[in-house]
Amino acid sequence: MRPAAVAKNLGALLLAAVFVFPVYWMFSSALKPSSEILTKDPVFFFVPTFDNFTTATGVDLFWTYVQNSLIVTVCAVLLALLVALAASFAIARMKFKGRKGLVLAVMMAQMAPWEVMVIAMYMIARDADMLNSLPLLTAIYFVMVLPFTIWTLRGFIAAVPVTLEEAAQIDGCTRGQAFRKVIFPLLAPGLMSTSLFGFITAWNEFAMVLILNKDKSAQTLPLWLTQFQTAFGSDWGATMAASTLFALPVLLVFVFLQRKAVGGMTAGAVKG
Amino acid sequence: MTVHSQGAATGAPEDAPPKSAGRPTTPPPAKPGHPVQPSPRGGRRSLPSGWLPYALVAPAVISIAGLLLYPLFKNLLLSFQQVNKIELIQRKAPFIGLDNYTQLLGDSQFWTVVVRSFVFTAVNVALIMILGSLIGILLNRLGKKMRLVLSLALVMAWAMPVVASVTVFQWLFDEQFGVVNWLMRTLGFAGYEQHNWFETGTSTLVIIAILLVWGSVPFVALNMYAGLTTVGAELYEAAKMDGANGWQTFWRIVFPSLRPFFLVTTFLEVIWIFKAFTQVYAMRSGGPDRASETLPVFAYIEGQAQQHYGLAAAISILTILMLVVVMSFYFRLILKQEDEQ
Repeated sequence: MRPAAVAKNLGALLLAAVFVFPVYWMFSSALKPSSEILTKDPVFFFVPTFDNFTTATGVDLFWTYVQNSLIVTVCAVLLALLVALAASFAIARMKFKGRKGLVLAVMMAQMAPWEVMVIAMYMIARDADMLNSLPLLTAIYFVMVLPFTIWTLRGFIAAVPVTLEEAAQIDGCTRGQAFRKVIFPLLAPGLMSTSLFGFITAWNEFAMVLILNKDKSAQTLPLWLTQFQTAFGSDWGATMAASTLFALPVLLVFVFLQRKAVGGMTAGAVKG
Repeated sequence: MTVHSQGAATGAPEDAPPKSAGRPTTPPPAKPGHPVQPSPRGGRRSLPSGWLPYALVAPAVISIAGLLLYPLFKNLLLSFQQVNKIELIQRKAPFIGLDNYTQLLGDSQFWTVVVRSFVFTAVNVALIMILGSLIGILLNRLGKKMRLVLSLALVMAWAMPVVASVTVFQWLFDEQFGVVNWLMRTLGFAGYEQHNWFETGTSTLVIIAILLVWGSVPFVALNMYAGLTTVGAELYEAAKMDGANGWQTFWRIVFPSLRPFFLVTTFLEVIWIFKAFTQVYAMRSGGPDRASETLPVFAYIEGQAQQHYGLAAAISILTILMLVVVMSFYFRLILKQEDEQ
């Protein structure tokens, strides 16, 4: 190899190490016996143990948090996909009064500072007697993900040539059938990347659930993690095991769908 | 139109599905004479309209109005009211006009936080865009295997949920047993026996910035790379033949071709960084001594910890106004792009 190529590859390796290190350190700390965690010089070789995971999952209500997080996130993302699919189809394919205004509104909604509206949210929820309610949380997460989903899907739909749809209609499909049979299958990468993005947004959400759901049985994993960390003080092994449990589903999905998700994201978001 | 020129170049039917659009592993075939024009939606107007589009957008519009605009409106009302702990419990909130706003605008702490938020956002977005673009260019030039290694690492960082990564960074920078202090010692720096990285607001913000850059660069880099694969190879060839150096090639060819990419990504990053709450709040709750508070965290702490709900609502309204002013430039650009299509 030429020196330039060597430098390029070494640089890439170094960068990869830097980016992956926090994730690696989380995993390895989670698997370390406690005696090898609290050492002045870090231990790189050790016999892995699952003790930290037992501590983490042994916390009261752990499975309730998992269940709540899953329900709220999955429902919010599915709902967002459904609603966004309809809206983005109209925006990408149809001419109607107010279309431009709608595009602007979606962009504005994209920048909604949800975290600064928590107090108003709290008052509305309290007056409607909907504190500690998972359905309300789902609805909020759905609207949080919706603008980005519309924005991205619209790019994907626009990328499908209209001629395909017209051909299907000439072949005797109704407009609905043409959408279902021709466009929808082509949108698979788009649906995947938008749902991944929605998933991580909702899975991460912290401020709303912090304010609205004080009742532990209606809380989600991000809160569990921060509370866990406080409760266990400097038990970094257990804290890292908890972080791993929280991060693992998202990491696995991303790594498996990496190519489709990442390429898809661009096609949609950047061609907006 | 990307799709059509692609079809023409490969000799495939005009309406070949754009399956490979922007996917990193399958760069689209060369497109002689067609600079990238990523706006393949010329067909919108060929379909009839009527009530149908309104029915299709109605659920989205209704949800956004009900769950976003209504709380926003409520927030606006709150900002003109006096709401502290007592008023909250009694559910009575007298209107006090602009008092919350005048109190804020005359408060030097508020202005400190505003300046801090803007500087913090600008520094972070600049770093994210520059590093992200450079890594994207590097990805484009790597061999297949090395590219997979680097992009997997980037994807891992990208996919880390925020609260988990905040926790991990606290561990990395732990005063007693953190690996960063160990690294500094190993590299021969003095004074890192038990260095407290969270001692001052500025150093806390630096750690948060590292976390934000680490978590945000992958999005920019991977998108940049995917965007680069749509820039035809023949354009680089032509530039090379004309004797352009790397810098010129970037500004004359890559940058104009990827303008929409830079526009959209910078827009998203500015929003995401400016309103980042979890990273700042979960790291040190705005501390030490409120010195790492940015606007969203300031609003939250004024509201929740100090129980000045009306005041907090006013902060959030001002935050929104600032965001809109900064972003109006972008809205104009993007709407212009909309008109051109």
